[in-house]
Amino acid sequence: MAYEITLITSMAISVLFALSLNFITGFCGQISLGHAAFMGVGAYTTAAMMKAGVPFIATIPVAAVLAGCLGVLVGIASLRVRHDFLAITTMGVVFLFVGIVRQQDFLGGEIGISGIQASSFGRIGFMAFCLLLAAAFAVFSLVIKRSWMGFVFDSIADNEDVSRVLGIDVSKYKLIAFVVGTAAAGVAGSLYAQQFRFVGPDSFGFVESVSVLAMVIVGGIGSVWGVAVAAAGLSVMPLMIQFVDDYKILVYSALLFSMMRWAPDGLAGIVNRSVKRIRRRS
Amino acid sequence: MLYLELLLQGIVQGSIYALIALGLTLVYGLLRILHVAHAALFTLGAYLGVIVTNATGSLVLATAVSMVVTGVVGMAVYKLAYEPLLGKPPFIALIASIAMFIASEEIFRIIFGPYGLSYTNPPLQGYYEIFGGFYLKYGEMLVIGLSIVMLSILGWLSGNTRLGVSWRATVTDPSMARAFGINIQNVRYLNFFIGSALAAAAGVLVALLNNLVEPTMGSVASYKALAIIVLGGLGSIRGTLVAAMAIGIIESFGTIYLGHILGRDALAFAFLILVLMVRPQGLLGAK
Repeated sequence: MAYEITLITSMAISVLFALSLNFITGFCGQISLGHAAFMGVGAYTTAAMMKAGVPFIATIPVAAVLAGCLGVLVGIASLRVRHDFLAITTMGVVFLFVGIVRQQDFLGGEIGISGIQASSFGRIGFMAFCLLLAAAFAVFSLVIKRSWMGFVFDSIADNEDVSRVLGIDVSKYKLIAFVVGTAAAGVAGSLYAQQFRFVGPDSFGFVESVSVLAMVIVGGIGSVWGVAVAAAGLSVMPLMIQFVDDYKILVYSALLFSMMRWAPDGLAGIVNRSVKRIRRRS
Repeated sequence: MLYLELLLQGIVQGSIYALIALGLTLVYGLLRILHVAHAALFTLGAYLGVIVTNATGSLVLATAVSMVVTGVVGMAVYKLAYEPLLGKPPFIALIASIAMFIASEEIFRIIFGPYGLSYTNPPLQGYYEIFGGFYLKYGEMLVIGLSIVMLSILGWLSGNTRLGVSWRATVTDPSMARAFGINIQNVRYLNFFIGSALAAAAGVLVALLNNLVEPTMGSVASYKALAIIVLGGLGSIRGTLVAAMAIGIIESFGTIYLGHILGRDALAFAFLILVLMVRPQGLLGAK
């Protein structure tokens, strides 16, 4: 049972993390190759505060605020660059984050922070808490997607210049997307620190940023349920394909490649297409 | 004295970055794809170089074989992976490319083992004394020399031959180029061949400098080369060369003077972000 609890908790954290990126990349069309940095800010905040004796629950809002503040900074910087330049700038953010954390003694430097105490939730309680937060953010995403703001995001993702001509304050909405997405990533980081009781600079690097982007794209960029399913699936897939042991990563990357090659609109696209086909037949 | 040494180290590193990043720029200029898997071709080139050298004893032969084979593999990557994705949003090709790159690291590990290979008789390991107490490795001189030669050949090709002109025409305006009877498909193949061959040459040189090839040696090249082509202004060849040298030299000085604040990789990206804030189109990019 303990194994299942750990598994479900990790899935919930991944779902929250992937949905937070979906808010920026999926809704607002701003690609990010450095999203793990924001999760890292959240995780380190919780780790450092809990080491200082602050209870877990109290660290979550602080983690969200700090990650969101960094999100605003990166967002403002990102307003100056677009498309591929933006992708590489955000990639730079994650390298800077790792580079800076490595040199900070109060964050444990290379070794990271270990021995974070357990929260008062207990294991099952913590699992429920993670599921609750992930579900809450999924509902929030769905509400935003169908609101007026969702349409504005859509139009910015579709064509920034046209949106600007229509009188939309593009910069403002991009910043909103960045703040919400990065703050949620900070919360996911908080949960991560509590789940693993350890944070280190290698846990929030470029590879992690790419894997979370892979979750969003495999799920079907912008689709809330698609991304949630993909995040849950991809986060446990390395464990599920344990039987191919030595070829685990190879299988993972081959699947990712095949997905892009033959179904680039992701799970959501596959399902939408099959639903249409069935409807047409009936 | 220290300054001069650091500067030379920076130039050596910059030359290698230039060889790797040039292929990326060529691909980006033509297809608007961030070709992360380019670093896999760099690693493949390095492995081929070491294996052929160990088998035949000739570094020259090994470099040639490595460049040709890797060039052909590069053409296959275009045909099998990128061609079907050309009409799709750019991040699709980016993720596909990253997946290919991760897969390649695994394949190298499975085939050649996790610990890497070395030259049995490492060639060109001697030193040459330029002046009083100032040495340069033969390998390092080869890096600088070969880069200059190859980049000059490329520059001459693109400026003075039919091939080069048709390439530049395709980059500027593909549909117009097609209307003038240029076979765009061939230009793309050529593009991938040359870019991948240059990456292979860089791989052989890095293997020579470190006397080691490992499955993960491409990971630094994968993201730093991206930073370099963005810094240079995406698709600008001259910009890429300037950026490669700048990053090489900044890293070499930075690790000494700023190493206690930021690591080597972080320095390159800090510089990148600073430049992009002032010039969002890169150093030599067009607005």
